[in-house]
Amino acid sequence: MSSTEHTELPAYEAPDRNAHGRLDDTGDVYEMLDDAHEALAHAGNAYEALNDGDDPRWAYGTGFADPLAGVDTRVPDGVDGADLAAYCLMLGDDALIMSHRLQEWCTRAPELEEEVALANIALDLLGQARLLLARAGTADGSGRDEDALAFRRDAGEFRNVLLAEVPNGDFAEAMARLLVFATWRLALLERLTGSRDPVLAAVAVKGVKEVAYHRDYAAGWVVRLGDGTSYSRERAVAGLAAVWPLVTELFTPHEVELRLASAGAGADPSALREGFDDVLGQVLTAATLTRPTDTTFTQSSDTTLTRPTDTTFTLPRDTAPGRPAGRSGTHTAALTDLLAEMQSVARAHPDATW
Amino acid sequence: MVTARGVAGAVADPELPMLTLADLGILREVEEKDGGAVVVTITPTYSGCPAMGTIRADLFAALREAGYADVQVRTLLFPAWTTDWITRDGRRKLAEAGIAPPGTAPVRHGPVPLTLGPAHRRLDCPNCGSGDTEELSRFGATACKSLWRCRACREPFEHLKEL
Repeated sequence: MSSTEHTELPAYEAPDRNAHGRLDDTGDVYEMLDDAHEALAHAGNAYEALNDGDDPRWAYGTGFADPLAGVDTRVPDGVDGADLAAYCLMLGDDALIMSHRLQEWCTRAPELEEEVALANIALDLLGQARLLLARAGTADGSGRDEDALAFRRDAGEFRNVLLAEVPNGDFAEAMARLLVFATWRLALLERLTGSRDPVLAAVAVKGVKEVAYHRDYAAGWVVRLGDGTSYSRERAVAGLAAVWPLVTELFTPHEVELRLASAGAGADPSALREGFDDVLGQVLTAATLTRPTDTTFTQSSDTTLTRPTDTTFTLPRDTAPGRPAGRSGTHTAALTDLLAEMQSVARAHPDATW
Repeated sequence: MVTARGVAGAVADPELPMLTLADLGILREVEEKDGGAVVVTITPTYSGCPAMGTIRADLFAALREAGYADVQVRTLLFPAWTTDWITRDGRRKLAEAGIAPPGTAPVRHGPVPLTLGPAHRRLDCPNCGSGDTEELSRFGATACKSLWRCRACREPFEHLKEL
Protein backbone atom coordinates (compact mmCIF):
# COMPACT_ATOMS: atom_id res chain seq x y z
CA MET A 1 0.00 0.00 0.00
CA SER A 2 1.39 3.41 -0.91
CA SER A 3 1.48 6.16 1.63
CA THR A 4 -1.16 8.21 -0.16
CA GLU A 5 -3.81 5.52 0.10
CA HIS A 6 -4.17 5.44 3.86
CA THR A 7 -7.58 4.64 5.14
CA GLU A 8 -9.18 6.73 7.79
CA LEU A 9 -9.64 4.76 10.97
CA PRO A 10 -13.06 4.81 12.59
CA ALA A 11 -13.28 6.91 15.73
CA TYR A 12 -12.69 4.94 18.89
CA GLU A 13 -15.86 3.93 20.65
CA ALA A 14 -15.75 2.72 24.20
CA PRO A 15 -17.06 -0.84 24.42
CA ASP A 16 -20.39 -1.34 26.15
CA ARG A 17 -20.36 -2.55 29.67
CA ASN A 18 -20.77 -6.26 30.01
CA ALA A 19 -23.57 -7.78 32.08
CA HIS A 20 -21.64 -7.11 35.29
CA GLY A 21 -20.77 -3.52 34.58
CA ARG A 22 -17.06 -4.27 34.77
CA LEU A 23 -16.05 -1.44 32.44
CA ASP A 24 -17.35 1.25 34.78
CA ASP A 25 -14.04 2.98 35.07
CA THR A 26 -12.98 2.98 31.42
CA GLY A 27 -13.35 6.73 31.31
CA ASP A 28 -11.06 7.14 34.27
CA VAL A 29 -8.26 5.27 32.56
CA TYR A 30 -8.35 7.67 29.61
CA GLU A 31 -8.49 10.64 31.94
CA MET A 32 -5.44 9.28 33.72
CA LEU A 33 -3.61 8.88 30.42
CA ASP A 34 -4.51 12.45 29.46
CA ASP A 35 -3.18 13.68 32.79
CA ALA A 36 0.01 11.71 32.31
CA HIS A 37 0.53 13.09 28.79
CA GLU A 38 -0.07 16.59 30.04
CA ALA A 39 2.47 16.12 32.81
CA LEU A 40 5.02 14.77 30.33
CA ALA A 41 4.48 17.66 27.91
CA HIS A 42 4.91 20.07 30.80
CA ALA A 43 8.07 18.47 32.15
CA GLY A 44 9.84 17.99 28.82
CA ASN A 45 10.88 14.38 29.30
CA ALA A 46 9.90 11.32 31.23
CA TYR A 47 12.72 11.55 33.74
CA GLU A 48 11.90 15.10 34.69
CA ALA A 49 8.25 14.11 35.05
CA LEU A 50 9.22 11.34 37.42
CA ASN A 51 11.32 13.65 39.51
CA ASP A 52 8.97 16.60 39.38
CA GLY A 53 9.27 18.46 42.65
CA ASP A 54 9.78 16.83 46.02
CA ASP A 55 6.77 14.60 45.73
CA PRO A 56 7.95 11.19 46.96
CA ARG A 57 5.15 9.51 45.00
CA TRP A 58 7.07 9.65 41.73
CA ALA A 59 6.95 5.91 41.28
CA TYR A 60 4.59 3.48 42.87
CA GLY A 61 5.83 1.70 45.95
CA THR A 62 8.66 4.06 46.73
CA GLY A 63 8.78 6.94 49.13
CA PHE A 64 9.68 4.52 51.92
CA ALA A 65 9.91 6.25 55.20
CA ASP A 66 11.01 5.00 58.58
CA PRO A 67 8.62 2.11 59.31
CA LEU A 68 8.56 3.23 62.95
CA ALA A 69 7.84 6.90 62.15
CA GLY A 70 6.21 8.49 65.17
CA VAL A 71 6.25 5.29 67.26
CA ASP A 72 7.37 5.61 70.90
CA THR A 73 10.65 3.68 70.86
CA ARG A 74 11.75 4.12 74.48
CA VAL A 75 13.16 0.90 75.97
CA PRO A 76 11.01 -0.28 78.93
CA ASP A 77 12.51 -0.35 82.46
CA GLY A 78 14.23 -3.59 83.35
CA VAL A 79 15.06 -4.42 79.71
CA ASP A 80 18.66 -4.00 78.53
CA GLY A 81 18.73 -1.90 75.35
CA ALA A 82 21.72 -3.73 73.84
CA ASP A 83 20.11 -7.12 74.49
CA LEU A 84 16.81 -5.96 73.04
CA ALA A 85 18.62 -4.69 69.93
CA ALA A 86 20.51 -7.97 69.54
CA TYR A 87 17.25 -9.89 69.91
CA CYS A 88 15.38 -7.79 67.35
CA LEU A 89 18.31 -8.29 64.99
CA MET A 90 17.95 -12.08 65.35
CA LEU A 91 14.24 -12.04 64.59
CA GLY A 92 14.62 -9.38 61.91
CA ASP A 93 17.45 -11.28 60.19
CA ASP A 94 15.39 -14.50 60.20
CA ALA A 95 12.62 -12.64 58.37
CA LEU A 96 14.92 -10.74 56.00
CA ILE A 97 16.97 -13.73 54.86
CA MET A 98 13.99 -16.10 54.62
CA SER A 99 12.20 -13.41 52.63
CA HIS A 100 15.12 -13.22 50.21
CA ARG A 101 15.11 -16.99 49.64
CA LEU A 102 11.35 -16.85 48.96
CA GLN A 103 11.83 -13.91 46.58
CA GLU A 104 14.22 -16.11 44.59
CA TRP A 105 11.15 -18.15 43.60
CA CYS A 106 9.87 -15.25 41.50
CA THR A 107 9.69 -16.46 37.86
CA ARG A 108 10.63 -19.98 39.04
CA ALA A 109 7.51 -21.26 40.79
CA PRO A 110 5.61 -24.16 39.20
CA GLU A 111 2.37 -22.17 38.77
CA LEU A 112 1.38 -18.52 38.78
CA GLU A 113 -0.75 -18.89 41.91
CA GLU A 114 2.20 -20.34 43.83
CA GLU A 115 4.48 -17.59 42.61
CA VAL A 116 2.00 -14.98 43.84
CA ALA A 117 1.66 -16.79 47.16
CA LEU A 118 5.43 -17.05 47.70
CA ALA A 119 5.93 -13.38 46.79
CA ASN A 120 3.19 -12.34 49.23
CA ILE A 121 4.72 -14.39 52.02
CA ALA A 122 8.13 -12.89 51.23
CA LEU A 123 6.58 -9.41 51.38
CA ASP A 124 5.00 -10.04 54.79
CA LEU A 125 8.37 -11.22 56.13
CA LEU A 126 10.15 -8.25 54.59
CA GLY A 127 7.70 -5.97 56.38
CA GLN A 128 8.39 -7.72 59.67
CA ALA A 129 12.13 -7.44 59.00
CA ARG A 130 11.89 -3.69 58.38
CA LEU A 131 10.08 -3.10 61.67
CA LEU A 132 12.42 -5.35 63.65
CA LEU A 133 15.64 -3.92 62.17
CA ALA A 134 14.36 -0.40 62.74
CA ARG A 135 13.55 -1.42 66.34
CA ALA A 136 17.09 -2.80 66.77
CA GLY A 137 18.55 0.54 65.66
CA THR A 138 16.47 2.49 68.18
CA ALA A 139 16.87 0.04 71.10
CA ASP A 140 20.68 0.15 71.22
CA GLY A 141 20.78 3.92 70.73
CA SER A 142 23.04 3.52 67.68
CA GLY A 143 20.43 5.12 65.45
CA ARG A 144 21.36 2.75 62.61
CA ASP A 145 18.40 2.60 60.25
CA GLU A 146 16.98 -0.44 58.52
CA ASP A 147 19.11 0.13 55.41
CA ALA A 148 22.34 0.36 57.40
CA LEU A 149 21.49 -2.93 59.12
CA ALA A 150 20.25 -4.79 56.05
CA PHE A 151 22.83 -3.60 53.54
CA ARG A 152 25.97 -2.67 55.43
CA ARG A 153 26.66 -5.69 57.62
CA ASP A 154 28.81 -8.68 56.65
CA ALA A 155 27.74 -12.31 57.03
CA GLY A 156 29.40 -12.69 60.44
CA GLU A 157 27.23 -9.90 61.84
CA PHE A 158 23.98 -11.56 60.80
CA ARG A 159 22.08 -13.46 63.50
CA ASN A 160 19.54 -15.48 61.50
CA VAL A 161 19.06 -19.23 61.92
CA LEU A 162 20.67 -21.41 59.24
CA LEU A 163 17.24 -22.66 58.10
CA ALA A 164 16.61 -19.23 56.60
CA GLU A 165 19.85 -18.99 54.61
CA VAL A 166 20.53 -22.38 52.98
CA PRO A 167 20.09 -22.33 49.20
CA ASN A 168 16.73 -23.19 47.68
CA GLY A 169 16.05 -26.75 46.59
CA ASP A 170 12.96 -27.85 44.70
CA PHE A 171 9.36 -26.83 45.39
CA ALA A 172 8.71 -29.70 47.80
CA GLU A 173 11.76 -28.69 49.82
CA ALA A 174 10.57 -25.08 49.80
CA MET A 175 7.22 -26.19 51.25
CA ALA A 176 8.88 -28.36 53.92
CA ARG A 177 11.17 -25.50 54.85
CA LEU A 178 8.36 -22.93 54.95
CA LEU A 179 6.24 -25.26 57.07
CA VAL A 180 9.07 -25.65 59.60
CA PHE A 181 9.95 -21.94 59.55
CA ALA A 182 6.35 -20.66 59.81
CA THR A 183 5.33 -23.15 62.51
CA TRP A 184 8.33 -22.17 64.61
CA ARG A 185 7.98 -18.44 63.99
CA LEU A 186 4.23 -18.46 64.68
CA ALA A 187 4.83 -20.18 68.04
CA LEU A 188 7.52 -17.58 68.81
CA LEU A 189 5.41 -14.57 67.77
CA GLU A 190 2.47 -15.86 69.81
CA ARG A 191 4.68 -15.68 72.91
CA LEU A 192 6.00 -12.26 71.98
CA THR A 193 2.51 -10.73 71.85
CA GLY A 194 2.96 -10.47 75.63
CA SER A 195 6.44 -8.89 75.42
CA ARG A 196 7.19 -6.06 77.83
CA ASP A 197 8.59 -4.15 74.87
CA PRO A 198 5.49 -2.56 73.33
CA VAL A 199 7.09 -2.28 69.87
CA LEU A 200 8.04 -5.97 69.80
CA ALA A 201 4.59 -6.91 71.11
CA ALA A 202 2.88 -4.86 68.39
CA VAL A 203 5.06 -6.37 65.64
CA ALA A 204 4.21 -9.82 67.04
CA VAL A 205 0.44 -9.23 67.16
CA LYS A 206 0.41 -8.34 63.48
CA GLY A 207 2.95 -11.03 62.61
CA VAL A 208 0.83 -13.78 64.18
CA LYS A 209 -2.04 -13.03 61.79
CA GLU A 210 0.28 -13.05 58.77
CA VAL A 211 2.37 -16.10 59.63
CA ALA A 212 -0.79 -18.12 60.38
CA TYR A 213 -1.60 -17.79 56.65
CA HIS A 214 1.98 -18.80 55.72
CA ARG A 215 1.82 -21.92 57.87
CA ASP A 216 -1.54 -23.01 56.48
CA TYR A 217 -0.28 -22.50 52.95
CA ALA A 218 2.85 -24.63 53.44
CA ALA A 219 0.95 -27.26 55.43
CA GLY A 220 -1.59 -27.59 52.61
CA TRP A 221 1.16 -28.25 50.10
CA VAL A 222 3.03 -30.74 52.31
CA VAL A 223 -0.22 -32.71 52.66
CA ARG A 224 -0.95 -32.50 48.93
CA LEU A 225 2.55 -33.64 47.98
CA GLY A 226 2.97 -36.27 50.71
CA ASP A 227 -0.45 -37.83 50.13
CA GLY A 228 -0.27 -37.36 46.35
CA THR A 229 1.42 -39.42 43.66
CA SER A 230 4.37 -41.69 44.37
CA TYR A 231 6.63 -39.11 42.73
CA SER A 232 5.30 -36.13 44.69
CA ARG A 233 5.60 -38.20 47.85
CA GLU A 234 9.22 -39.02 47.03
CA ARG A 235 9.97 -35.30 46.68
CA ALA A 236 8.13 -34.45 49.89
CA VAL A 237 10.09 -37.06 51.83
CA ALA A 238 13.37 -35.80 50.37
CA GLY A 239 12.44 -32.17 51.07
CA LEU A 240 11.61 -32.88 54.69
CA ALA A 241 14.82 -34.89 55.10
CA ALA A 242 16.84 -31.99 53.67
CA VAL A 243 15.54 -29.38 56.10
CA TRP A 244 15.28 -31.53 59.22
CA PRO A 245 18.99 -31.28 60.23
CA LEU A 246 18.32 -27.53 60.63
CA VAL A 247 15.43 -27.99 63.08
CA THR A 248 17.43 -28.50 66.29
CA GLU A 249 19.06 -25.09 66.02
CA LEU A 250 15.65 -23.37 66.08
CA PHE A 251 15.06 -24.51 69.66
CA THR A 252 18.61 -24.05 71.00
CA PRO A 253 18.64 -20.84 73.04
CA HIS A 254 21.29 -18.17 72.77
CA GLU A 255 22.17 -16.34 76.00
CA VAL A 256 20.59 -13.12 74.70
CA GLU A 257 17.30 -14.96 74.15
CA LEU A 258 17.43 -16.37 77.68
CA ARG A 259 18.16 -12.95 79.21
CA LEU A 260 15.35 -11.32 77.26
CA ALA A 261 12.99 -14.14 78.27
CA SER A 262 13.83 -13.56 81.98
CA ALA A 263 13.24 -9.83 81.51
CA GLY A 264 9.77 -10.59 80.13
CA ALA A 265 10.57 -9.17 76.71
CA GLY A 266 11.59 -12.28 74.76
CA ALA A 267 10.85 -16.01 74.56
CA ASP A 268 13.04 -19.03 75.36
CA PRO A 269 13.01 -21.00 72.07
CA SER A 270 13.35 -24.35 73.85
CA ALA A 271 9.85 -23.77 75.27
CA LEU A 272 8.41 -23.69 71.74
CA ARG A 273 9.32 -27.24 70.80
CA GLU A 274 6.22 -28.96 72.18
CA GLY A 275 3.78 -26.77 70.27
CA PHE A 276 5.92 -27.12 67.13
CA ASP A 277 5.92 -30.94 67.39
CA ASP A 278 2.16 -30.94 67.88
CA VAL A 279 1.47 -28.93 64.72
CA LEU A 280 4.04 -30.84 62.64
CA GLY A 281 2.48 -34.07 63.90
CA GLN A 282 -0.95 -33.01 62.62
CA VAL A 283 0.44 -32.06 59.20
CA LEU A 284 2.62 -35.13 58.77
CA THR A 285 -0.20 -37.46 59.80
CA ALA A 286 -2.51 -35.89 57.22
CA ALA A 287 0.33 -36.10 54.67
CA THR A 288 0.98 -39.78 55.56
CA LEU A 289 4.64 -38.84 56.16
CA THR A 290 6.96 -39.88 58.95
CA ARG A 291 8.80 -37.34 61.05
CA PRO A 292 12.57 -37.53 60.44
CA THR A 293 14.87 -38.09 63.39
CA ASP A 294 16.51 -35.05 64.99
CA THR A 295 20.19 -34.60 64.32
CA THR A 296 22.60 -32.17 65.86
CA PHE A 297 25.28 -30.80 63.66
CA THR A 298 26.92 -28.26 65.93
CA GLN A 299 28.80 -30.60 68.20
CA SER A 300 31.82 -32.30 66.78
CA SER A 301 32.33 -32.79 63.07
CA ASP A 302 31.40 -31.05 59.85
CA THR A 303 28.11 -32.27 58.45
CA THR A 304 27.47 -32.38 54.76
CA LEU A 305 23.83 -31.90 53.96
CA THR A 306 22.51 -33.84 50.99
CA ARG A 307 19.79 -32.10 49.04
CA PRO A 308 17.10 -33.40 46.72
CA THR A 309 18.62 -31.27 43.99
CA ASP A 310 22.24 -31.99 43.15
CA THR A 311 23.73 -29.44 45.55
CA THR A 312 25.39 -30.37 48.81
CA PHE A 313 27.02 -28.02 51.27
CA THR A 314 28.78 -28.15 54.55
CA LEU A 315 27.18 -26.91 57.72
CA PRO A 316 29.49 -24.94 59.97
CA ARG A 317 31.07 -26.67 62.92
CA ASP A 318 30.44 -24.58 65.98
CA THR A 319 33.29 -24.15 68.39
CA ALA A 320 30.99 -24.21 71.40
CA PRO A 321 28.84 -27.37 71.50
CA GLY A 322 25.12 -26.74 71.94
CA ARG A 323 25.37 -23.09 70.93
CA PRO A 324 23.13 -22.04 68.10
CA ALA A 325 25.31 -21.36 65.05
CA GLY A 326 23.40 -18.61 63.25
CA ARG A 327 22.50 -16.70 66.42
CA SER A 328 26.24 -16.59 67.26
CA GLY A 329 27.17 -15.29 63.80
CA THR A 330 28.45 -18.61 62.39
CA HIS A 331 26.97 -19.17 58.95
CA THR A 332 27.26 -21.25 55.80
CA ALA A 333 29.04 -19.89 52.73
CA ALA A 334 25.57 -19.59 51.20
CA LEU A 335 24.83 -16.50 53.31
CA THR A 336 27.87 -14.70 51.93
CA ASP A 337 26.66 -15.38 48.39
CA LEU A 338 23.13 -14.28 49.26
CA LEU A 339 24.36 -11.01 50.79
CA ALA A 340 26.62 -10.31 47.81
CA GLU A 341 23.52 -10.22 45.67
CA MET A 342 21.13 -8.58 48.12
CA GLN A 343 23.54 -5.80 49.10
CA SER A 344 25.19 -5.13 45.75
CA VAL A 345 23.16 -2.08 44.72
CA ALA A 346 23.21 -0.47 48.15
CA ARG A 347 26.98 -1.00 48.46
CA ALA A 348 27.72 0.24 44.94
CA HIS A 349 25.73 3.43 45.58
CA PRO A 350 26.13 4.09 49.30
CA ASP A 351 24.48 7.51 49.27
CA ALA A 352 21.60 6.67 46.97
CA THR A 353 18.04 7.17 48.15
CA TRP A 354 15.00 5.43 46.76
CA MET B 1 -16.80 23.29 56.92
CA VAL B 2 -13.43 21.81 56.01
CA THR B 3 -11.85 19.83 58.84
CA ALA B 4 -8.49 18.11 58.86
CA ARG B 5 -10.26 14.87 59.70
CA GLY B 6 -12.56 15.28 56.72
CA VAL B 7 -9.64 15.95 54.37
CA ALA B 8 -7.50 13.09 55.70
CA GLY B 9 -10.43 10.67 55.78
CA ALA B 10 -11.29 11.38 52.14
CA VAL B 11 -7.82 10.40 50.84
CA ALA B 12 -8.12 7.30 48.65
CA ASP B 13 -6.22 4.13 49.47
CA PRO B 14 -3.60 3.61 46.71
CA GLU B 15 -4.18 -0.14 46.40
CA LEU B 16 -7.96 -0.12 46.89
CA PRO B 17 -8.78 3.26 45.33
CA MET B 18 -12.53 2.71 45.70
CA LEU B 19 -12.01 3.04 49.46
CA THR B 20 -11.04 6.13 51.43
CA LEU B 21 -8.69 5.85 54.39
CA ALA B 22 -11.75 6.40 56.61
CA ASP B 23 -13.59 3.50 54.88
CA LEU B 24 -10.56 1.27 55.35
CA GLY B 25 -10.33 2.10 59.06
CA ILE B 26 -6.60 2.86 59.11
CA LEU B 27 -7.04 6.50 60.18
CA ARG B 28 -6.79 6.28 63.96
CA GLU B 29 -6.65 9.91 65.00
CA VAL B 30 -6.56 13.38 63.47
CA GLU B 31 -5.64 16.10 65.92
CA GLU B 32 -5.84 19.79 65.07
CA LYS B 33 -3.65 21.79 67.46
CA ASP B 34 -4.30 25.39 68.47
CA GLY B 35 -1.52 26.77 66.25
CA GLY B 36 -3.04 25.07 63.20
CA ALA B 37 -0.69 22.06 63.20
CA VAL B 38 -2.25 18.71 62.31
CA VAL B 39 -1.12 15.35 63.63
CA VAL B 40 -2.51 12.36 61.73
CA THR B 41 -2.13 8.86 63.16
CA ILE B 42 -2.42 5.88 60.82
CA THR B 43 -1.95 2.16 61.34
CA PRO B 44 -0.57 -0.26 58.72
CA THR B 45 -2.79 -3.01 57.35
CA TYR B 46 -0.02 -5.58 56.81
CA SER B 47 3.58 -5.34 58.14
CA GLY B 48 4.91 -5.29 54.60
CA CYS B 49 2.20 -3.08 53.10
CA PRO B 50 4.11 -1.22 50.35
CA ALA B 51 1.44 1.50 50.28
CA MET B 52 2.31 3.05 53.64
CA GLY B 53 4.85 5.49 52.16
CA THR B 54 2.40 6.50 49.44
CA ILE B 55 -0.44 6.92 51.94
CA ARG B 56 1.76 9.16 54.08
CA ALA B 57 2.70 11.27 51.04
CA ASP B 58 -0.95 11.45 49.90
CA LEU B 59 -1.98 12.68 53.36
CA PHE B 60 0.68 15.41 53.32
CA ALA B 61 -0.36 16.49 49.82
CA ALA B 62 -4.12 16.55 50.55
CA LEU B 63 -3.77 18.42 53.81
CA ARG B 64 -1.34 20.99 52.34
CA GLU B 65 -3.75 21.59 49.49
CA ALA B 66 -6.53 22.19 52.02
CA GLY B 67 -4.38 24.85 53.69
CA TYR B 68 -2.75 22.92 56.52
CA ALA B 69 0.93 23.84 56.34
CA ASP B 70 2.18 22.01 59.41
CA VAL B 71 1.38 18.31 59.08
CA GLN B 72 2.81 15.32 60.93
CA VAL B 73 1.92 11.72 60.15
CA ARG B 74 2.49 9.16 62.89
CA THR B 75 2.36 5.37 62.75
CA LEU B 76 0.50 3.45 65.44
CA LEU B 77 1.29 -0.27 65.54
CA PHE B 78 -1.04 -1.21 68.36
CA PRO B 79 -3.87 -2.10 68.42
CA ALA B 80 -3.21 -3.90 65.14
CA TRP B 81 -5.53 -3.17 62.23
CA THR B 82 -8.23 -5.71 61.55
CA THR B 83 -10.59 -5.98 58.58
CA ASP B 84 -13.40 -5.53 61.15
CA TRP B 85 -12.53 -1.81 61.04
CA ILE B 86 -13.63 -1.49 57.40
CA THR B 87 -16.85 0.51 57.54
CA ARG B 88 -20.23 -0.64 56.28
CA ASP B 89 -19.90 1.89 53.47
CA GLY B 90 -16.46 0.52 52.65
CA ARG B 91 -17.82 -3.03 52.42
CA ARG B 92 -20.52 -1.87 50.02
CA LYS B 93 -17.94 -0.10 47.82
CA LEU B 94 -15.75 -3.22 47.73
CA ALA B 95 -18.66 -5.40 46.64
CA GLU B 96 -19.61 -2.86 43.98
CA ALA B 97 -16.06 -3.02 42.64
CA GLY B 98 -16.28 -6.81 42.38
CA ILE B 99 -14.26 -7.58 45.53
CA ALA B 100 -16.00 -9.82 48.04
CA PRO B 101 -15.77 -7.99 51.39
CA PRO B 102 -14.29 -9.72 54.45
CA GLY B 103 -16.40 -11.55 57.01
CA THR B 104 -15.80 -11.15 60.73
CA ALA B 105 -12.15 -11.65 61.64
CA PRO B 106 -11.55 -14.66 63.89
CA VAL B 107 -11.11 -13.85 67.57
CA ARG B 108 -8.49 -16.15 69.05
CA HIS B 109 -7.45 -17.04 72.55
CA GLY B 110 -4.39 -19.24 72.75
CA PRO B 111 -2.45 -20.77 69.88
CA VAL B 112 -3.73 -20.31 66.34
CA PRO B 113 -5.25 -23.63 65.21
CA LEU B 114 -3.91 -25.19 62.02
CA THR B 115 -6.27 -25.10 59.05
CA LEU B 116 -5.69 -27.86 56.51
CA GLY B 117 -7.47 -27.96 53.18
CA PRO B 118 -9.50 -25.31 51.39
CA ALA B 119 -11.21 -22.42 53.14
CA HIS B 120 -14.31 -23.58 54.94
CA ARG B 121 -16.11 -20.29 54.62
CA ARG B 122 -18.59 -19.71 51.83
CA LEU B 123 -18.55 -16.52 49.83
CA ASP B 124 -21.22 -15.10 47.58
CA CYS B 125 -20.03 -14.11 44.11
CA PRO B 126 -19.91 -10.28 43.91
CA ASN B 127 -20.84 -10.47 40.22
CA CYS B 128 -23.92 -12.72 40.14
CA GLY B 129 -24.63 -13.36 43.82
CA SER B 130 -24.32 -17.14 43.58
CA GLY B 131 -22.98 -18.98 46.60
CA ASP B 132 -21.42 -21.65 44.37
CA THR B 133 -17.86 -20.33 44.62
CA GLU B 134 -14.42 -21.76 45.37
CA GLU B 135 -11.08 -20.43 46.59
CA LEU B 136 -8.31 -20.61 43.98
CA SER B 137 -5.47 -19.21 46.05
CA ARG B 138 -5.25 -17.69 49.48
CA PHE B 139 -2.83 -15.08 48.12
CA GLY B 140 -3.62 -12.52 45.43
CA ALA B 141 -2.41 -9.41 43.67
CA THR B 142 -2.01 -7.53 46.95
CA ALA B 143 -1.20 -8.78 50.43
CA CYS B 144 -4.79 -8.30 51.57
CA LYS B 145 -6.64 -10.29 48.91
CA SER B 146 -7.25 -13.92 47.94
CA LEU B 147 -8.37 -15.29 44.57
CA TRP B 148 -11.77 -16.95 44.05
CA ARG B 149 -13.89 -18.27 41.21
CA CYS B 150 -17.65 -18.46 40.77
CA ARG B 151 -18.85 -21.78 39.38
CA ALA B 152 -22.20 -20.26 38.33
CA CYS B 153 -21.15 -17.24 36.24
CA ARG B 154 -17.56 -18.48 35.71
CA GLU B 155 -16.09 -15.11 36.68
CA PRO B 156 -12.97 -15.01 38.83
CA PHE B 157 -13.10 -12.50 41.68
CA GLU B 158 -11.04 -11.24 44.59
CA HIS B 159 -11.82 -11.42 48.27
CA LEU B 160 -10.45 -9.18 50.97
CA LYS B 161 -9.12 -11.69 53.49
CA GLU B 162 -10.21 -11.54 57.10
CA LEU B 163 -7.30 -10.31 59.21
